[in-house]
Order: sequence, then C-alpha cells, then structure tokens
Amino acid sequence: MSGLEQWNWYLDGWIIVAGILCAVSSALLGNFLVLRKMSMLGDAITHAILPGLAAAFFISDSRSSIPMFAGAVLAGILTALFTEWIRSFGKVDEGAAMGVVFTSLFALGLVMIVQAADHVDLDPGCVLYGAIELTPLDTILISGWEIPRVVVVLSIVLLINLLFVIFFLKELKLSSFDPALATTTGFNATLIHYALMTLVAVTAVASFETVGNILVVAMFVVPPAAAYMLTDRLVRMIVLSVILAIIAAVLGHISAITVPRWFGYQSTSTAGMMAVAAGLLFVVAALFAPRHGIVVIFVRRQILAWKILAEDIIALMYRIEERDAQQKPDAAYLREILFSSPLPTNLTLRYLTRHDQITDSDGMYELTKTGRDRARQLVRSHRLWEHYLVEHAGMSAENIHKQAEQLEHFTDRQLREKLNEDTIDTDQDPHGRPIPPENKTN
Amino acid sequence: MNTRESSTSAPQPELPLEETPLSVYDLTVAYHRKPVIWDVSFKIPPGKLVGIVGPNGAGKSTLIKAIMELIPKASGRVQIFGKPYQKNRQRVGYVPQRESVDWDFPVDALDVVTMGLYKEIGWCLPVRKKHRDLAMDALERVGIADYARRQISQLSGGQQQRTFLARALVQNADLYLMDEPFAAVDAATEKAIVQILQEMKEAGKTALVIHHDLQTVPEYFDYVILLNMRVIDHGLTADVFTPENLQKTYGGRLTLLEEATETMRRREQSL
Repeated sequence: MSGLEQWNWYLDGWIIVAGILCAVSSALLGNFLVLRKMSMLGDAITHAILPGLAAAFFISDSRSSIPMFAGAVLAGILTALFTEWIRSFGKVDEGAAMGVVFTSLFALGLVMIVQAADHVDLDPGCVLYGAIELTPLDTILISGWEIPRVVVVLSIVLLINLLFVIFFLKELKLSSFDPALATTTGFNATLIHYALMTLVAVTAVASFETVGNILVVAMFVVPPAAAYMLTDRLVRMIVLSVILAIIAAVLGHISAITVPRWFGYQSTSTAGMMAVAAGLLFVVAALFAPRHGIVVIFVRRQILAWKILAEDIIALMYRIEERDAQQKPDAAYLREILFSSPLPTNLTLRYLTRHDQITDSDGMYELTKTGRDRARQLVRSHRLWEHYLVEHAGMSAENIHKQAEQLEHFTDRQLREKLNEDTIDTDQDPHGRPIPPENKTN
Repeated sequence: MNTRESSTSAPQPELPLEETPLSVYDLTVAYHRKPVIWDVSFKIPPGKLVGIVGPNGAGKSTLIKAIMELIPKASGRVQIFGKPYQKNRQRVGYVPQRESVDWDFPVDALDVVTMGLYKEIGWCLPVRKKHRDLAMDALERVGIADYARRQISQLSGGQQQRTFLARALVQNADLYLMDEPFAAVDAATEKAIVQILQEMKEAGKTALVIHHDLQTVPEYFDYVILLNMRVIDHGLTADVFTPENLQKTYGGRLTLLEEATETMRRREQSL
C-alpha cells in the first residue's frame, strides 16, 4: 500500500547512507555560510562549478573523477575570487556581483553540458538534479566489500569537513564573528575564508551525483538555518544541524517512496524530497523554536496582553471603588473605559472570577479581598511612578499617566519600595489622588 | 595663544623609537581613489591616554584600521614601538566599533572575551580551563562577570561594550586602539571604561581612543589628536584642545551643539 513493501535494505540502505553523508558534509560547512551571511555565496559556488564539470568532461572525454573534481573545484574557487573582485570595483554590491558571476558561469556550464551530452555519456538532468537512486549500482571493491563509489567519495569529504570543523572551530568562530580581530591577531581571515570556500566547492562537486547541482545548496543552508532558530550556542548549532541533516535525508528518501503512492503516482526523486523535508524541518523550527519561534513569540505576547488586561481591569475597579464605593461596574462599562474588545474582556473577567479576584453578581462586578490587595499594589505602583517621572525625568504632570500605565505592570514590591524611597515623602500623586499603602488591614 | 600649524614634530623631547608606541609618517588612505586621510603624521608618547577627535567622516576609524593594516595604505609608514605593524602585532590590542559585529552570533560573553586569547592558544588547539579563567577575571574586572554565560544579544549596549573591553584586556597588549568605546553606553559603563583606561595607563599602557563627546575630552585624555582628513593639531590636551583648534577641526560649525545633537541621535538609534 505504501511502497515500503518493496523496501530493499541493500538498495535503499545505500541510498540513505549516500543521502546522509551528503547532507551532513554540507550542513557542517553550511553553519559558517549561514553565520557569515554568505549563504548566497554558497549558492553561487555550487552553481558555478557546472562549467568546471563540463570542461572536464570535454577534456577527459569521460566521467573520470580526478580531472572533473579538479576542474569543478577550481571553478568554485574562481567564483569566490571573482565575486570579491567585482565587488572591489565599488558600485556593485555583493549580491549583484554574485548574481553576475554565478548566472553567467552556470549558463556557460549548461550550454557546455548540453553540447557534451552528444559526445559523452552524460545526462544534463542527472547533473542538475542528481541521481541518488543510482548510487548502489556503481560500486568499487574495498578490502572485499562492494561499496558504492559515491559513498566512498562522500565519506572522504565528510571526514575532511569534520576534521576541518573540529580542528579549526576556534578559527572559524573568530573569523566569522569578527574578521578584523582575527586578522589583527594573526589568524588571516581571508585565508580561512578561502579554505572554507574551497571545501564548499569540494563538497558541492562530491554531492552533485547524489543531490545534483541545484539542490545541494538546500543541504548547505537549510539544516543550519533551522538549527540557528533552535539554539544560540555555536557547538549546539553545529550538532543540531547535523541531526537535522540526517533526519532530512532519511525522511526524504522514505517520503520519496511513499508520498507519491498515496496519490497513485510512482516514487519521486529522493534528492528533491530531501530538500523538501529539510524545508519542512525549517518551517517547524521557525514556528516552534523555544526562543525565536513565531508561534512561541505570539503565544508569549498573548499571555502578556491578557495579564495586562486583567491587571488593568482590577486597577480600574479599584479606582471606581475609590470614587464611589457603591458603584459596581458591568462588563460594558469596563470595556468603554479600557477600549478593550468584548471577547478578551469577557474571558478575562471570567478568569478573574474563577481566581477569586472579583465576584460576579448578575453581570455586576466587585473586587474580592485578594483582588483589592492586588489592585491596590498596582495603583500604588502607578502613582509612585508618576511621582518618580515628575521628579527624576522632568516630565510634566499631563504626560506621565501613559508611561506609568505601562510601568505599573512590571513593578514588583522591591521596586515599589525603591521608588518610595526615591520620591518625596507624600501620600498623594502629582494629580492629587491618594497613594494607597502597600498593605491595608481591614 | 596656540597658533602652531599642524606639524610633524611633537612638543615632547625625542624618545627612542622603540619606546614610542605609535609613530605615523605621511599616511594617506584612499577609498575608491578619494582620499579619506591625507598626509597624516604624529607620534604618541608611552603611558598616555590619547583621544582622537574630529567630525563624522574625518577618517578616524580609517586611521585606526590603516594602522593595523586592515585597509591598504596609499602611502606612508606606520611604526609600532619602532617596528612595522606586522612585526609587533602582538603588542597591539583592538577594540572595534560595537556595530561592526553581528550580536546575534551564537556565542556568549565569555566566548567573546576568550577570543582575545586565541593568539596565545595558537592554531588548532582548543580553549582550556586556564583560558576561560583568564577571560572570567577580565569580565570580573569590567564588572559583568554575572553575565558571562549570556548570549551576546541579550546584553545591554553597555554590557556589550564592556565585553569588548574585557577582550582587549586579556590580549594584554601595550598599545590599544579603540574605536568609539564610549558610543551609546550608559553612565555606569562610561565610568567603568574610564576606570579601566586609568588602570591601563598606570600599568604603563597606551590607549588611542576615538572619542565623540568633546565635553569629556579634557577630563579623560592626556593627549589629543585633532583630525579632519589631516591632522589639525596634536599634543598635550592642555595645549592643543583649544577653541581655535576645534574651530579648525570642525569647520565653522557650532561644534558643541552639533555634537550634542549627534550624540542624541546616536543614543536614540541605539535604543
């Protein structure tokens, strides 16, 4: 029913291994592309290796790896150099410079590949989108084991990248955060930059047979970007990006087999699904990340807004009581003064009633003892702040209400005591209304 | 009273070059062929706090960056304790402008301070406890040890500036180049920085500080360089920090008022 009954541990296993190796090697370096805000340069390099590949096909007339590797890596490094060079003319910003370099090189590569396809056994589609599904078919023998060639190549690249990140973590951190300090303390930031870019090119070349020339940038950028949403420590970010890359690779292959079947189609491209899976992981991270997640921030803001509305309601009721102890406001009256909408006001009133801050007698509300104590502290904070603002910030009595209205919600007992000490000894606020005491016993 | 033209000869008696923290000869720096600083020459004596003042666009940051060879010189020569910069690099500490780095970078204050020790640790070797302890001491000295483990965007502007200062301290240099350490910091931080500068001076170190608040120049600095593309004048604050020189440096503008407005604008932006 799902396509998984055709699962073959040998074939699918190797495909997943290749996917993981490619995703992890890219993600390791990608962290530094993302942190240096150079994701676009990664994109540019991965595209620009195409003419290098094509030229190597032409020259060596085969898919033999060594010249291909060299040609492509060279093209990648040249992209980084050209971009820097065009930018140094001035007038053209980095984005435009990269746009110029990588689209031209990519187009050149495309033209050459299409030409080469007539002479060499080469499919432009494979170059652009990868052929991870063919991984298990092309194997080499290593000490009696038949291992797919792609897996061997990617393992070597992963090892190089891993060693690079481990041994140069300190240098990468410094030159990404503060290139000026790196250079002035003897860690040549330019050198580190080009070392990183060389490895990006190497990884991109090694990956083009699995995820292809276009999608590899997703492997570089997306898992680290998602990891960046989830943490604010570098080592944790790198580890998380690796975990996310592995999940994306596994999820990508499984869904490439299963998802199209749900709609009655044949299985689809694993490389494409890996990029989609990574994108989905990013969306989840962007929504639910503990500190920066959109949903989390929204919920936190809503809770704060509710807390403030609840405090505004009881403080208002305290002021009404202060003026006329007999008056019991209803919801409509409170809303009119607070300019609040009906739904949140009614919900907050219900919340306050349930938490014994106010009592509800047929739609007329009255403060309970607990509610009155809480409200008195708020009003006290408000009026102390008004004093403070007039005395210490030199504000006039007309302008202070609004600011005090905000500050009162963030003032605890300790701060109130400090305010009380810092303002002149009085029991009236600048408008002549009484400042209630901290505690009242009656 | 003071009508000396900008001159290359400092009023002090000549010191041997290897004891002069910084000497700059005819330095010119151009950006896209437009000169930013022009024929700048000066020497600064050891163990002094030196302020660089001048209007926006006068080339103050450019001067510091050119001294450290972060940007190419069009012509001229710089010597640090009598040797070219590259030979005496380890004796120079740099405090960049706060805006020059990305504060969302995933590191904490302690990490940033430790970066000042990377040179000492050397290539490829990891940061060890000894280094973290040194960094912690520096954070203690600038008064923000409690925030050592905070991600740096969670620090206030003043705390960020102090983090940079702590990083400079662990570098243990003899000459410090500081790009506007007082920009948009709170009063407590300003006091802390002044105190650290004094301590540095007492330890015989020299600091070259880009400064914006003209009011505090006589109080903070022994020695002043007035810069507006060229060196207008340099020397002991008491001698060169005069209304005439300020007039020359800032042109015919109402300098103090403009400076004050500028400072206010900066503070607002940093809020």
